[in-house]
Amino acid sequence: MSEFKLMKGNEAMAEAAIQAGCDAYFGYPITPQSEVLEYLAREMPKHNRIVMQAESEVASINMVYGAAGAGFRTMTSSSSPGISLMQEGISYIAGAELPCLIVNVNRAGPGLGTIQPGQGDYFQSTKGGGHGDYKMIVLAPASVQEMADFVFLGFDLADKYRNPVLMLSDGAIGQMMEKVQFKPYTRPEIDKSSWATTGKPKTRNRNYITSLHILPEKMEVHNLKLEEKFKKIRENEVRFEEINTADADYLFVAYGLSARICQKAMDIARQKGIRIGLLRPITLYPYPYQRLRELTAQVKMMLSVELNSGQMVEDVRLGVEGKVPVEFYGRMGGMMPTPEEIVHHLETLIQYHHAN
Amino acid sequence: MPIDQHVLPETDLIIPACHKEEEDEYEVVYHKPATLVDVNMHYCPGCAHSLVHKLIMEVVEELDIQEKTVGVAPVGCSVFAYDYMDIDMQEAAHGRACAVATGIKRLMPGKYVFTYQGDGDLAAIGIGETLHAINRGENILIVFMNNAVYGMTSGQMAPTTLPGMHTTTSPDGRDVSFYGAPIKVAELMANLPGSFYVTRQAVNSANAVRKTRKALVNAFKYQQLHKGTCLVEIIGNCPSNWKMTPVEAAKFIDEEMVKTFPLGDIKVPNAEDLKIF
Ligand SMILES: Cc1ncc(C[n+]2csc(CCOP(=O)(O)OP(=O)(O)O)c2C)c(N)n1
Ligand code: SF4
Ligand SMILES: [Mg+2]
Repeated sequence: MSEFKLMKGNEAMAEAAIQAGCDAYFGYPITPQSEVLEYLAREMPKHNRIVMQAESEVASINMVYGAAGAGFRTMTSSSSPGISLMQEGISYIAGAELPCLIVNVNRAGPGLGTIQPGQGDYFQSTKGGGHGDYKMIVLAPASVQEMADFVFLGFDLADKYRNPVLMLSDGAIGQMMEKVQFKPYTRPEIDKSSWATTGKPKTRNRNYITSLHILPEKMEVHNLKLEEKFKKIRENEVRFEEINTADADYLFVAYGLSARICQKAMDIARQKGIRIGLLRPITLYPYPYQRLRELTAQVKMMLSVELNSGQMVEDVRLGVEGKVPVEFYGRMGGMMPTPEEIVHHLETLIQYHHAN
Repeated sequence: MPIDQHVLPETDLIIPACHKEEEDEYEVVYHKPATLVDVNMHYCPGCAHSLVHKLIMEVVEELDIQEKTVGVAPVGCSVFAYDYMDIDMQEAAHGRACAVATGIKRLMPGKYVFTYQGDGDLAAIGIGETLHAINRGENILIVFMNNAVYGMTSGQMAPTTLPGMHTTTSPDGRDVSFYGAPIKVAELMANLPGSFYVTRQAVNSANAVRKTRKALVNAFKYQQLHKGTCLVEIIGNCPSNWKMTPVEAAKFIDEEMVKTFPLGDIKVPNAEDLKIF
């Protein structure tokens, strides 16, 4: 096992990219994730890898398309406004079934918003974002360690499904320093010769990368093929963490930074005798609907805590199917709720539901 | 009477049909390149795209670089280029071909990478990616098909539409005071130090086709030098959207298009750079 290092989330992610064998990174500066490009601009050339500051996020995502289409392990990262610009490209990447890793270090919006952390890109990340029927696997790290780990996982899942993977982090986890350990990793050998555009030898038919299927009959066949893949992803890749759910009467549902704040809130609430647990979705797509449904047999109420106006709560409700009340608490604009604030809100809700 | 002879009605004139053995006695002076897929193309009669596809594939065959060539198709009438070119290709989003090509070429510097783009694709929505790719001196070839309209979406005004030219979105003719003058892409890009070879050609006559072919041969070869971007602008006939016959369209290029878009080399490598050939 390698030693622990003290690193910023963004830098840990960048280092992980190198260790994961990322062949190429294309990016454009934006706070709060510019460290990624800076780190890689310094380190990638030492490993003979390609790193490039593109002229825009539109260009970077399309450079990713080109490199991924040629069979290379490729990534980009940005923050909310930049990720918005990439949506067309992401849709093309999903349509053409190219594996790649995209990281969004979410800041608060809409518009230029603020450079402080937010979770307002939940809908964009999990419900499509770009045009057409597609899904990305969405990984939500809650620590610097996970920002590193999910780079390895993200690349492997992207290759496994030939699909873009999004890591949805936020400005706080990207910027904070924590200890992180890099586990030994060997990049799996993957045969991409049946589709990657590396130049056509006489021995095979030409490969072409496209998302265009002009005949409706063919387009639908392609859509159905993608849906089949997304179904497999839903069956096999749901990931979540549970804390204190064994005896829980109530449940926090929160991801990323909110989950960390909820963990502290949980400690305070438990000291007050409120038996509350936490379910932290790690994959936001596919979402742990099933586990939430199971927990309705046990808990009396769920509280979704988010740094937005209430986005993931819709998925919690979808999972719960009305079996128990699902409430929401959130702050926006880069403001953080304190654990005490959350507990106060929780107590009010418990009283309210008790009275009714 | 042998069955491979036809008799013209009401005459007794006998015309010999093409005969296999006879054919073999002729020297083959022209054949379609093997790198061109043998299917019907979807292009309109008299369209420049089909001709230029064939030229590019001839050059790939002549230079024997099929195995080392990766093309990038645009969004435009030539979006199906990969159905016709028997090489590995990627279909880029509208305007992004140069970014896609950058991603390919940077990872495979030994390959021949080219984009094939229309004027809407390159000069409107994708001029940013194009300019930056050339400014970085990406070692790619950009084949720029300038037909002064948006062909695929049925003839709207392009950044290259001639002053006064009627299109579906400039029904009274392009008003330069409102939309600006046509962008002369080749001249613009030749100003960038990253461009290595910039030329403007046409394919509206046998002579023009020969020159274009030569330009494409050079532009492909120059990629071996790693000295920068090659841009071959080709004035393309779009009889359908110009509302002309193919013959009129070919004439229109000589009589009107070249006034705004003069043909010929705009930037050529110096002899020193070409020593290795
Ligand atoms: C983002 C986006 N905007 C608009 C379109 C619609 N569109 C398709 S082709 C095209 C213009 C093509 O014109 P040009 O590049 O000149 O190619 P041509 O068909 O003339 O060869 C447009 C606007 C699109 N596909 N994507
Ligand atoms: S519309 Fe114009 S560019 Fe398109 S295929 Fe027809 S002639 Fe060619
Ligand atoms: Mg055009």
